[in-house]
Amino acid sequence: MPVTDPDARGRWGPYGGRYVPETVMGALDALEAAYLEASRDAEFQNRLDYYLKEYAGRPTPLYFAENLTKRAGGAKIFLKREDLLHTGAHKMNNTLGQVLLARRMGKTRIIAETGAGQHGVATATACALLGLECVVYMGSVDTRRQRMNVFRMELLGAEVRPVDSGSKTLKDAINEAMRDWVTNISDTFYCIGSVVGPSPYPQIVRDFQSIIGSEVRSRCLEREGRLPDCLVACVGGGSNAIGLFHPMLDDASVRMVGVEAGGLGLDSGKHGATLCKGSPGVLHGAMSYLLQDVYGQVAETHSVSAGLDYPGVGPEHSHLKDTGRVEYTSVTDEEALDGFCTLCEAEGIIPALESSHAAARGIRIAAEMKPDQVVVINVSGRGDKDLEIVEGLA
Amino acid sequence: MRIHEQFAKLKSGNEAALIGYLTAGFPTMEGFLSNLEEAAGSGADIIEIGIPFSDPIADGPTIQMSSQIGLANGATLPAILKAIRDLDLNIPLVFMSYLNPLLAYGQDRLLADMIHAKVTGLIVPDLPVEEAASWKSAAESRGVDTIFLVTPASPEERVRRIAEASTGFVYCVSLTGTTGARHDLSDDLPAFLDRVRSFTNTPIAVGFGISGPEHIRRLLPHADGMIVGSRVIDAIRNGEDVGGLIRKLKDATRK
Repeated sequence: MPVTDPDARGRWGPYGGRYVPETVMGALDALEAAYLEASRDAEFQNRLDYYLKEYAGRPTPLYFAENLTKRAGGAKIFLKREDLLHTGAHKMNNTLGQVLLARRMGKTRIIAETGAGQHGVATATACALLGLECVVYMGSVDTRRQRMNVFRMELLGAEVRPVDSGSKTLKDAINEAMRDWVTNISDTFYCIGSVVGPSPYPQIVRDFQSIIGSEVRSRCLEREGRLPDCLVACVGGGSNAIGLFHPMLDDASVRMVGVEAGGLGLDSGKHGATLCKGSPGVLHGAMSYLLQDVYGQVAETHSVSAGLDYPGVGPEHSHLKDTGRVEYTSVTDEEALDGFCTLCEAEGIIPALESSHAAARGIRIAAEMKPDQVVVINVSGRGDKDLEIVEGLA
Repeated sequence: MRIHEQFAKLKSGNEAALIGYLTAGFPTMEGFLSNLEEAAGSGADIIEIGIPFSDPIADGPTIQMSSQIGLANGATLPAILKAIRDLDLNIPLVFMSYLNPLLAYGQDRLLADMIHAKVTGLIVPDLPVEEAASWKSAAESRGVDTIFLVTPASPEERVRRIAEASTGFVYCVSLTGTTGARHDLSDDLPAFLDRVRSFTNTPIAVGFGISGPEHIRRLLPHADGMIVGSRVIDAIRNGEDVGGLIRKLKDATRK
C-alpha cells in the first residue's frame, strides 16, 4: 500500500474531505462505490488500457534529451513525453478513465471545467469517442487567451460555456461546473480535471494519472539500470505532478520537485504559487493550501499559463508539502518563457507554458547534479495552444 | 432570543416563521443595516445574514451578485459583527456562510463573538454533517444552533442523520439546484417536507426558490418556516419597498 493513500474520510492528514453542498453528497457516495467496483473489475481495467494504448498512444516515450543535458552540464535529463499523448497533454489519462466510469454508472451527460483548455479538449474527446453529451465551463479570460482550444472543443461536439463571474478563470469555471452539477445531479457526471475537489476525486484522478510515474519508473530501470534521482513537474491543481510522483513516493532515494507558477514574482502578489505562499483553507470541496486573504476570501491569481492560474492545489500535495516528501518551488513567467525557448531550440520540442515551468527548474536542478545521475522532467503538454501568447510577449 | 423559543411562540399563535435573508454589505453596509431593521420591524421572525464569499458555489446569480457587492463594500466578518452588535432586533439572527471565512476568523472566537452580537444560529452550505463534528460540539456549548441543509437528492439515511444533527430548525432545500427565486415549485415538494418531518420534532423550514405569498400558503401545511432569500435581494436591487414585501410574505404565514 503506498504511503499516501487517504483515510476512510478521504483525507491525507488534515487535507481533503468533502466540503460540498448536501445535494451532491449522495452522488459522491455513489461515485466512490462505483469507482471501487470498477477498479476491481478486470474488464473495466482492460477497456481503459485498450483505449490508453490503441487510441491515446501509451506508453509515451521517456526521451533522453542529450542536447539539453549538454547545455545544463550536469545530470542526464530525460523528458517524459506526455505532450505526445492524444490531444497533446496528460489530461487524456484521466478523462478516458472518468468518462468510462460515467458510462458504467449510466450517466448520459458530462460536465467539466477547464483552464488552459487541455482538460476541456480531453473531456470533449473522450465524450466524442464514447458517445456522451459534453458541456465545458471555461472562464471568459481563458476562452480569449486559449481560443483555439475553444474551437477544438466545439469541433468535438462539446458545448463551451464562458464564465463571466469572479476572476473569469479556472477557479470560476469550477464554481460554475459545481452549480451545474448541483442542478443536474441525477443524469450528470462531473469530470474533474485535476487532483482537487471533494473526496474521492483527488484519489481517482491521481490513480488515473499514476500511469505516468509507473511508466517512468520501469522505463528508467530498464534503460538506465537505476531509478531517477530527481523528478520535476509543474503544479497547478497538481495532476501531472502527482501522476509522476505517486508511484515512486516509497522510493526514498528519488527526490521530487513540484514547480508552481511564480507569475510576476512571489512578492508581487501576482502569482499562482499556492504551496509556496498559501495557507490551509477550504475551496471547491476540499481542505488544502489556498491563496487567500486574512478574511478567508480566495485571492486572485496570475500566471502566464492558464493551467497554473489557480488559487488552490490538491490535498495530497498539501500533505506532501507538510511531510517534506516533496519540495515545492516556483518559477516566474519570465523564467518559464526561457524554459519554453530552451526546449524549442535545444530539442525541437514546443512544450506547453505549464510544462515550461518544470523545464526551467529541471534544467537548473540538473546543472547542480553529477553526470551519472538522472533527472526526469514531465513535459505534461505541448505548446501549440500557447503560440499566440508567446508571440504576443516576444 | 433562541430559535426554538421563536418557533414555540409562533406555533402557539398558529403561524409559521418567515425567515428573511439579507447579504451583509449589500447594497451598502448602511443599506444592509437599515434593511435588517426594516425587515425585523415588518414581521420577519428570523433573519439569515449572508456572509459574502468570493466563491459561492451553492448560490445562483442574484446572491452571487449581492455577495460580490458586499465584499467590495468591505463586509468582512469582523466588520459585520461590529456593525450588528448594538442593534436590538428582538428576533433570532442566523449567520449563513461558506466555511472558509469562518475558518479564517477562528471557530472559538467566532462563536463567542456571534453570541455577543446576538447571532444564535449557523448555516454553512459547504459543511455537510460528516465534516461538522467539531463545529457542532463547539456551537452547542456556546448556545449556537447548527442548522444543516437537507435536499430532495439526500438518500433516506442522510435525511435521518441531518434531521438529528440539526438544532433550531432543519433547512429543507426545495429543489436540486442553486439559490434563486423561481416561478414554480416542484409538485414533489410537500411529500419531501413530510418525509423530513417524519424523522424529527425539530421545526423544519423550506427555502430556495420561494418567491411569493402563494408559495408560502401552499407549503404552510408542510413546514414550520419559510425562507425567502433571492426574492428579497431582488427587491432591494430593484428599489422595491422591503418592509412592504416582508409584510406581504408574513401575512401568508398565518394559518
